[in-house]
Order: sequence, then C-alpha cells, then structure tokens
Amino acid sequence: MEVYVDNAATTKTSQTAIAAMLPYFDKIYANPSSLHTPGQNAKEALENARARIAACLGCTPREILFTSGGSEADNQAIRSVAHAGAKKGKKHIISTAFEHHAVLHTLKRLEQEGFQVTLLDVGSSGTVTAQQVAQAIRPDTCLVTVMYANNEIGSILPIEAIGRVCREAGIPFHTDAVQAVGHLPMDVEKDHIDLLSLSAHKFHGPRGVGALYVRRRMPLENLIDGGAQERGKRAGTENLPAIVGMAAALEEACANLDAATRVTALRDKLIAGLGQIPHSALNGDPVHRLPGNVSFCFEGIEGESLLLLLDAQGIYASSGSACTSGSLDPSHVLLAIGRPHEVAHGSLRLSLDWENTQADVDHILTVVPQVVSYLRSMSPVWRDLQTGKRNFIL
Amino acid sequence: MALYSETVMDHFTHPRNVGVIEDADGVGQVGNAKCGDIMKIYLKIADDIITDVKFETFGCGSAIASSSMATQMIKGKPLAEAMALTNQAVAQALDGLPAHKLHCSVLAEEAIKAAVQDYYDRHGIAYDASQFPDCAHCHSHED
Repeated sequence: MEVYVDNAATTKTSQTAIAAMLPYFDKIYANPSSLHTPGQNAKEALENARARIAACLGCTPREILFTSGGSEADNQAIRSVAHAGAKKGKKHIISTAFEHHAVLHTLKRLEQEGFQVTLLDVGSSGTVTAQQVAQAIRPDTCLVTVMYANNEIGSILPIEAIGRVCREAGIPFHTDAVQAVGHLPMDVEKDHIDLLSLSAHKFHGPRGVGALYVRRRMPLENLIDGGAQERGKRAGTENLPAIVGMAAALEEACANLDAATRVTALRDKLIAGLGQIPHSALNGDPVHRLPGNVSFCFEGIEGESLLLLLDAQGIYASSGSACTSGSLDPSHVLLAIGRPHEVAHGSLRLSLDWENTQADVDHILTVVPQVVSYLRSMSPVWRDLQTGKRNFIL
Repeated sequence: MALYSETVMDHFTHPRNVGVIEDADGVGQVGNAKCGDIMKIYLKIADDIITDVKFETFGCGSAIASSSMATQMIKGKPLAEAMALTNQAVAQALDGLPAHKLHCSVLAEEAIKAAVQDYYDRHGIAYDASQFPDCAHCHSHED
C-alpha cells in the first residue's frame, strides 16, 4: 500500500491541468509577444488564464502577475514595497517568526540593506493576532507580511482582521498564501490584501509557475529585467503551458472547496489517533487549521529515521528534524512555537488531500504507532525519560 | 531511497546488536538530544576481548546504521582493535555515507572509545588519555 501524505510539499498534477496544458506544447506554441495570428492566439490564452485566476481571487486580471512560483512572488512583493517605503524614509517591516524562508530570507537581505524587521511571536499554537500587528506598527512601518497559513503546522492566520488593521493604518499588506490558495476560499477584497503570493504546484497545478496578486497602485519593481512581458514587471517569455495548467488547476480546486470537509474529517481522525501515542503533541492551531495538515512531535525519537521507516511501509511524509532540514537546527517553525530542539527533532508532518482515503488513514494509524515505539525501544533518550533521568517535555 | 547505500539501509532497518547490557563493563554515550543524535554503547569485556556489545541510538537513519555497523565490527575483537576503529572504516563498511552524514560515523567511533575509557576508569586500568577524543564538541549545543 502506498500513501502519499506530503501534499504540502507538492501535489500530483491533476488530469484537468495536464489536459489543459497539452495543446500549448505543440499546437498553440507561438510566443504571446508575436504579432502573427498564432502569437495572438497564445496571447489570448495567456490573458484568459489571467482572468480565470483573478476570478478565483476576487481581483481584476490586471492585478495578476505571473511568476516562476511562490518564492519569486514573495521576493518581488516584499522587495517592491520595502524599497518604495524606503524612498519615503520608511524602513520598518512587520512579519512573523514562522514565515516560509522565501519571506524570512528576503527580510534578512533587507535588514542588511538597513531595514528594521519585527518578527511577531507566534505563541504555542502558532498564530498571531491582529492586535499584535497593530501594536507593532510604527510611524516608519512600510510593509506587513504575514502568511495566510503555515506550511509546516497548518495554522490558518486571522488574515481578514490583520488586513483591516493594515488598511486602517494605510500600510501595504502582503500575504504568502502558497498553502492556502486552492484549499481555502480566497477574496482579496474581503481580506484587505494588497499583495498575495501563490504557487500552482500546491493545488495540483504544474511546478515552476505561480502568481503575485498586486493591488492597483501598489509599487512593483523588477527582479528580472529584460523584455516587456507582464507589463514590463517580469521579463522572459511566458511559460504558457504552465500558466494555462495553473488556471485550470485553480479553477478546479476552487470549484471543489467542498471536498475540504471530507479531508478535514480524515485529518481529525488522524489527529485523534496519533494523539493516543503517549508523549506526543499536535503542532499548530487545533481549530484554525488547514484541512489536510497533521503535524505532531513524538518525544524520544528523531524524525529522519521515522520518515525512512514510514517510507519502507509505503507512507510518504515529511519532518522538521535537522537531518531533514539539511541544517544543524530543526525547523524554525517548531522552534518558533516553543518546541525545544530535542522535541522538534521528532516531528512528523502528514499533509492530506482529496485523493486520500479512510484506508490511508487506517494504514497510517496502524504503522505510525508501531514505528514510534520501535524507535523509542532503541533510543537512549527514551530510556532516560522512562527511568526519570530526563524529564518528559510532552 | 537513493539517499543511502543498500548497506546503510540494511543496517538501519535490521540493526545488529540493539539493546542494553545491564551488567556492562563499560558504557559510553556521546552526542546530545538537542543536536538530534545520541549514541550509547555497552561493552562486555573479558581478557581484553569484547565478548558482547549493544547499542542504543537516538538519531537519523545513518546514526542507527553507523552504530549497528560499528558494534558488528568490534564484537569478539580485542580492545586494541576497537580502539583502532576509525570513523572512515565504519563509513567504508557501510559503502559510504552522504557527506553531511559523516559525523554519524564519527559519533560511532567516539561512543566506542568512550565506552572503553569507561571500562578503564571503572577497573582502575591506567591509560594514555590522549588516545581518547575530547568530546567537548559533541556537547557544544548544550546550554
């Protein structure tokens, strides 16, 4: 049995998206910048995709800029607004401690340029309040960037309330909505969002394509200079097959948001089942939570060995341990919600999608407890916890 | 998974010598939980021969595989041979480890040495302290 529960990492490209893309490789393949008829047909498809994506977000087509993905969208949004702020002498940015690295590393770079960044504390359940944002606002604040939902622990943030605070203060508000778009209803007007990043492969579209929603009159600077594509704000011949695939995938996802109810039910079964494992803890907000996200820490074991043993049993998941993050430290998200290093190393993220079934959940609930107890049985940390030489944290 | 060699995966999924020796003659523990790996080696020694060895490991797949391979390499061997075991030898026996995982084989070498040192200490056997690594770096992340 094979159970893919790493949908927050990437999703399977849907048949709808694949079918939508295929003609754009060998039939409608001309360059949208070309004046001839095939070129204009390609241009029409490009603009049609733009309009369909705009409709899913509640904005106008002109406010959608195609990018290579979520990271580029985050980079461009944050740099554009920050640099425009700097021109007015405003060099303070508010964000959160558990943003994606595409945001955090961009902010780090801006700090080197002389910006000051306030990273809001996300507390033990992994969220921030609009009040926290309001209190952090200074006269020189030029940007608030807060993720819509966290990729590791699944918390959904109070974006509408944060957006309102920003709007009232007249401060541009960007949200990295990479984990939310296609999974939650989106309305940039209702949520008072000025800039929003999305990535197609998180909602069954192809990789290497994403979009940035930019409200009218928001500043926008180029990351890539060159031709006049994307109103001169993003050079390079458009990746039309991917863009068309993204539009098809997003429309399909938005039409199927009801499926979230079923995914949420599976998620809650997993959370209840895994919560039975002694000395385990759910990460992230238990209520305001992405439909497919299950994130746990298990004390006394390490995440990479857990993943490898799950892999051997056909369960494909991820972890925030140092060994899987490729650095010495475990996930900054788990540290931000106050998990100590030794606990954060023993984390497991299962991210479900509408293709997952009750049988998948049953398989996971059979295998994970076995693997956790097996690893604990050979863990000197677990022995010390059992014998009282070390105190349980969870 | 192409991350590890077949030998690593074999030792990870079927680790040899897992467990505890309650009346061990020497016990060595290196690493720390904060860094994400701890290795503990138990030795039973008679006439300078390692008659039994067990390990417990908290860590990634290569840490568990390194412990397993290292214990297999010293079981039944004279202490001098165990002391001569290098991390490179462990990594080689595992058909290689990814570069960022080589420290796991270092931990295995150090855990064995720490267990031998503990044996010497417990039994009042004089030794040259310089042959044992200074394990301070294993604890550099501890508060």
